[in-house]
Amino acid sequence: MAKLPVSAEKIIEDFGPHLNYSPKEGFDGRDEPDEVVKTHCCFCGMQCGIQLLVKSNKVVGFEPWMEFPFNEGRLCPKGVQRYLQNNHPDRLLGPIKRVEGKGFEPTSWDEAMDKTVSEIKRIQEKYGKDAFSILSGVSLTNEKSYLMGKFARVAVKTKNLDYNGRLCMVSAGAGNKKAFGLDRASNTYSDLEYAEVIIVAGANISETFPTLTHWIWKARDRGAKLIVIDPRMIPLARTADVHLDVKPGTDSALYGAMLKYLVDHDMLDHDFIDNYTSGFDVSLDAVKDYTLEWAEEITGIKREKIKEAAELWGKAKTSFLLHARGIEHHSKGVDNVLGCINLVLATGRIGKPYCGYGTITGQGNGQGGREHGHKCDQLPGNRDIENPEHRKYISGVWGIDEKDMPGKGLTAYEIIEAIHRGEIKGLLSICFNPLVSLPNSNYVREAIEKLEFYVCIDFFLNETARHADIVLAGSLQEEEEGTTTSAEGRVIRIRQAVTPPGDARTDTSIILELAKRLGQEDKFTYDTSEAIFNELRVASKGGTADYNGITYKRIEENMGVFWPCPTEDHPGTPRLWEDKKFKTPDGKAHFNPAPYKLPGEVTDADYPVILTTGRVVSQYLSGTQTRRIGKLVDQFPEPLLEIHPNLAKQYGIQQRELVKVSTRRGEGVFPANIVETIREDTVFIPYHWSGKKSANQLTPGTLDPISKIPEFKVCACHLEPLKEIAAPSKESKAYASV
Amino acid sequence: MNYTSFNTNEEFFVDMQRCIGCKACELACAECETNGQDSMIHVNYVDRASTVQTTVQVCMHCDDPVCASVCPADAISKDEFGIVHTANTERCIGCSNCVIACPFGVPKKIEEYDLMMKCTMCYDRTSVGKKPMCATVCPSGALFYGTKAEIEEMRPNSSAVNTFVFGKEIVNTKVNIMMPKGSTELIIY
Repeated sequence: MAKLPVSAEKIIEDFGPHLNYSPKEGFDGRDEPDEVVKTHCCFCGMQCGIQLLVKSNKVVGFEPWMEFPFNEGRLCPKGVQRYLQNNHPDRLLGPIKRVEGKGFEPTSWDEAMDKTVSEIKRIQEKYGKDAFSILSGVSLTNEKSYLMGKFARVAVKTKNLDYNGRLCMVSAGAGNKKAFGLDRASNTYSDLEYAEVIIVAGANISETFPTLTHWIWKARDRGAKLIVIDPRMIPLARTADVHLDVKPGTDSALYGAMLKYLVDHDMLDHDFIDNYTSGFDVSLDAVKDYTLEWAEEITGIKREKIKEAAELWGKAKTSFLLHARGIEHHSKGVDNVLGCINLVLATGRIGKPYCGYGTITGQGNGQGGREHGHKCDQLPGNRDIENPEHRKYISGVWGIDEKDMPGKGLTAYEIIEAIHRGEIKGLLSICFNPLVSLPNSNYVREAIEKLEFYVCIDFFLNETARHADIVLAGSLQEEEEGTTTSAEGRVIRIRQAVTPPGDARTDTSIILELAKRLGQEDKFTYDTSEAIFNELRVASKGGTADYNGITYKRIEENMGVFWPCPTEDHPGTPRLWEDKKFKTPDGKAHFNPAPYKLPGEVTDADYPVILTTGRVVSQYLSGTQTRRIGKLVDQFPEPLLEIHPNLAKQYGIQQRELVKVSTRRGEGVFPANIVETIREDTVFIPYHWSGKKSANQLTPGTLDPISKIPEFKVCACHLEPLKEIAAPSKESKAYASV
Repeated sequence: MNYTSFNTNEEFFVDMQRCIGCKACELACAECETNGQDSMIHVNYVDRASTVQTTVQVCMHCDDPVCASVCPADAISKDEFGIVHTANTERCIGCSNCVIACPFGVPKKIEEYDLMMKCTMCYDRTSVGKKPMCATVCPSGALFYGTKAEIEEMRPNSSAVNTFVFGKEIVNTKVNIMMPKGSTELIIY
């Protein structure tokens, strides 16, 4: 049913990806804009302030926003070019429907909505409510995220709603809830400034959060020591004081050995451990045998370097530990996070100025989106969907009977697995491109092809949406009012700069119309985004992620407000835990045992090389937006296989020679980039591309048992040089690979 | 043109060790309408096979610009604020003398226009009191535009150097390179 209606090549011809460039002289009206709109970048969790230049309802350029305190005008290449997602030739200008043998043809909103609603009803009547699933995403604002959560539970009445944050920082969220009882970075980035030691673990900051680089250098200018933990010599590691080139999949062994070293050398804050934490002894017991020698054996890092890092961390008076996907995308992602938190708690350096800890949330609204909306086990305010009191409170806010509130559903990858098994028959997706972003994409494609009905809301026809029956033309970030919550926990205002072009509609109006047609108009009537936010405030009230005191006016007047903010006279909370009252049941911060375990797949004779995946600076996530922006594609036209010269020599691989990379799940051909900046036992491929250029043809669907995050960061592969030098990157057209 | 808004106490500072090779500066520079989507700042890998180190090169705006001295058409001029302007389009004959002569490798001949083009330190912005676009967007602080007092306060472990020694030739520039504390000149071997 959901195989492509025509060839992918034909779909690409009609809907792209095509590359958008600015005309040489710039877009008309850039020098005399009608409006200069202060808003935020649509990409990563830094949510940099930016001004969009608007002429005749089109975004025609940008101007740095110097006053926004986090980035003070700074931007990365994606931010500089983000305006080119506007005025794009691939933009969907109205709803389209699948026509067998022809591709996609325009349809009316009425017909598209009718078809969608009748198919939701048909599937649910035939197979049960939960046979219709929803996959959402956290490039959506808080308002849209909240709306998707309510829409799934109240209008569609399915428990199977999850989101692409499942591929983002859920391991960190789960770890933070275990340790602190709350899921947010504990500090703002201004606490980096006078940190004496900074650990950056599995976070390619200079490529994925470039504007955070400045804050790390601010500390280094004051003498801070920088420790970077990464299998590759990433740009930030080049000048670091200590680079721990960890073997992929062995992070927890490193943190365990560092914890043991701190204990053995009494570099501990006993007062903090005794009075404000629990679980120290049992956590220490888990790593009691983790000597430096053992850690060197497991992690491949020289013991002297581990010792040096532990000494620097142990002796510091102030510090900041940051981590991201590099340690979270593992079958033991939660353990890795807990291992980091143990190092922070052992030294008591949290809840004080310049003593910080936090995950760097990846997506634009990865923080806010996961608190209020579309996570399968969560209700607004970061409430638990299985907690009777939480269910009761939110049911009250939504005006439904608590018995009608669905329970905990499947996580994102489990939804795909359930589709593959034939248990889930229908899917609505928004802001999610599973065919590119999920692991084992051949398997994901098989699943998508089994759907009886698939409706997608998007502004471009992403690779997964090519399989859809109906595509509803939605809106870009700059086409609706709203808020997001940055990686610091700062709630900020997203502005509507323009209205959707042609017959495209705002995402919000599409969801509200679907809810109405599903018979729930009374619960889905809002005049403005602010009205949705005001309901979200009430829904979050009393939860750990309490937004009750945050208003649009306060955000605008203060360039953001940090949650928790329970009342309108509360100043917000830039730095957590100053009162040392943690949100765990016993009020203490929890050490958790984080013993080392093997990754889900280890190398063997058939698959002898470690494969890890990641990102490049000019692309964002699955590339739906950035593979359509000309200069961002030119900057990194195709995925390259990074390989160490010694490993390349072993296989006789030449620079830019095509190499077939195989795993137990699939294979792909990539040009070799022979560089000394990676471990000898590991190869790296960035994942932003589609089809035969997708790194996720190779990655495993192994999930962390707690967070259900897939293990993108380590698997076993086989290399085969093809004795053919690749054509120049610019000719690769990898941005539109099928 | 109104020159009165040029902040004469602000200078340009380049710190190569901070460059992360992201090219935000190149993409932002190219946005300027006078550049026709070409960048006047250039980021390059030093040797990608062995390191991720990149260099970033803007026009150094020499006190005694050799590009102007060798120009047979008098197309390049330096103004009262020390800005060495790009080739006057009416005068430039595309001979590439400046391209060959510049010790920093800054001017580029754009074949499409048969014209030399180079950085003017965002004259359209700096002349109205704004900072150059590249230094505004640079996410790492590899590029900074501001006063000497500001950079000294922010970066106590570095010294700003604007004297470059090429053999027997000494070149002084308006643009500074950040060097280890106490450095006074950069000797190019």
